[in-house]
Amino acid sequence: MTRRIVVISSGLSTPSSTRQLADRLAADAAGILTERGVDVEVRTFELRDLAHDITNHLLMGFAPPKLEEALDAVSKADGLIAVTPIFTTSYAGLFKSFVDVIDPQALTDLPVLIGATGGTPRHSLAIDYAIRPLFTYLHAIPVTTGVYAATSDWGDGGDGVRSLPDRIFRGAKEFADLVERTDRSELVNDPFALDRPTGHLIGGLAGE
Amino acid sequence: MQFGIFTVSDITQDPTTGHTPSEAERIRATLTIATHAEEVGLDVFALGEHHNPPFWSSSPTTTLAYIAGQTSTLQLSTATTLITTNDPVKLAEDYAMLQHVSGGRVDLMLGRGNTGPVYPWFGKDIRQGLPIGIESYELLHRLWREDVVDWEGRFRTPLQGFTATPRPLDGVPPFVWHGSIRTPEIAEQAASYGDGFFANHIFWPASHTQRMIALYRQRYEHHGHGTAAQAIVGLGGQVFMRRNSQDAVRDFRPYFDNAPVYGHGPSLEEFTQQTPLTVGSPQEVIDKTLGFRDYVGDYQRQLWLMDHAGLPLKTVLEQLDLLGEEVVPVLRKEFAKNRPADVPDAPTHASLVTAKYGDAAPRQATPNANRGDNLTVGSPYQDAGAATATTSGAAFGPAATRKAVVR
Repeated sequence: MTRRIVVISSGLSTPSSTRQLADRLAADAAGILTERGVDVEVRTFELRDLAHDITNHLLMGFAPPKLEEALDAVSKADGLIAVTPIFTTSYAGLFKSFVDVIDPQALTDLPVLIGATGGTPRHSLAIDYAIRPLFTYLHAIPVTTGVYAATSDWGDGGDGVRSLPDRIFRGAKEFADLVERTDRSELVNDPFALDRPTGHLIGGLAGE
Repeated sequence: MQFGIFTVSDITQDPTTGHTPSEAERIRATLTIATHAEEVGLDVFALGEHHNPPFWSSSPTTTLAYIAGQTSTLQLSTATTLITTNDPVKLAEDYAMLQHVSGGRVDLMLGRGNTGPVYPWFGKDIRQGLPIGIESYELLHRLWREDVVDWEGRFRTPLQGFTATPRPLDGVPPFVWHGSIRTPEIAEQAASYGDGFFANHIFWPASHTQRMIALYRQRYEHHGHGTAAQAIVGLGGQVFMRRNSQDAVRDFRPYFDNAPVYGHGPSLEEFTQQTPLTVGSPQEVIDKTLGFRDYVGDYQRQLWLMDHAGLPLKTVLEQLDLLGEEVVPVLRKEFAKNRPADVPDAPTHASLVTAKYGDAAPRQATPNANRGDNLTVGSPYQDAGAATATTSGAAFGPAATRKAVVR
């Protein structure tokens, strides 16, 4: 059974260090799972490409086709790697807007690996005071290690004891452990699916 | 197949002139629009319900009763009637009354509403919206079919020995459509009662409507009301026409760009591509509308939103002329082609009377003098026993688990 990992990167520039962190997290997670004999499929979505669709969804209540594909992929994933730049002490507005258009039930039991980028290491706790509560509220399962990459982490000015690659590997391993065990993407969660009893939707149904 | 228009009763500034109609002006305009709908040969006029500005339609049966008096063939409906915040007892009374004054030209479309504060204003909890709607409809359904109702539920004062008056015209309740944009439970509810299902199609992609209708059709068959192809389906739509497409796009764009629901969002081009909105020539409207059948199957009712977003009365009447003269006659002919003989038309009062009584005379409810013994004699009407409790039709909610009522 293939495990489906979805990567959401909400960096605004191209190329983006947020995307770079997202790719590294995904590569380590996929590598660990592959080593264990688990098939992995990784799909990456740049929220920048979906920014107009996300706004239209907020205004209209439905997702244009490209965004719908991303939302479907997230809700059927076995694991989500979510990476955002930290702007003004918190996640990027685009990142939050994307989370706002996800069905509130769609992330239940979903393993999540959180990543964040910023100009200075002084905002690293934003992962724990801003992003983590977002996912716990949605009943997702963020792994304990969140990976914050400050600009200095990409050179020799970073943490000399726990280097960025160490932290990426640690987060990826915790994430891979959960993804390996979940069977989330196998579960049917489509309320419009035909050929199944739907009376349970309404409650108190007799004889079905 | 029925064709008609619906209005949500919005009072919106005309972005091209800056003029905002007063409530009085817009109400008079809507009455004109409704009567003109009949004049151009349309079948249905459906009116929304709102309880906040900038909308005016808080009292749909008052308005529809007046329109009934001004017209002779127009079928009067709603879009939608709030089954959550209205008292089902009052709905049973009001719409039975409208049946009588309109000569049976009435049906309803039920919905839950889209304005959050209406719930608390009417003493309800929006988080309970769906269970309230399910329970209230079950009661409404019984009040129209049983002369004397004993009832107890979670969201309304219990009833003992209650009779909703007047009884439905000829003993036949108005046909009910259930409207929903995205709630599969409502498709299930409509299917379980054998009622109609209306997808207001206009703000959402066709692919979504297709799935909702497919679910409703499958469940309609499951509940034994007929084949999936015989389920009663209605669709919303929105169009703006000029003789040629370029003029239509040019004239409609300012209204689109500033419209209350979709304004300042997607572009007109994106929106017409992703939803059933059609802005173009009458032929383009014909083509797009005929295409609906490809993904929902043969259906019974097509309503269009024509007077939205500040369009002035004159323009709306021109649009109705185009609909009546050029669009609907072609659609009637084309939709009739290859339509299987066993696909029914939308139920009307006449068809429901025939279905219930055949050639026999329909019931005319005539009350007894009140002796206060409704509960013991079974009926306050002279034909006691004629209108006994019907099977409720509900496979869920209180009706599913209720023990047989001994009366």
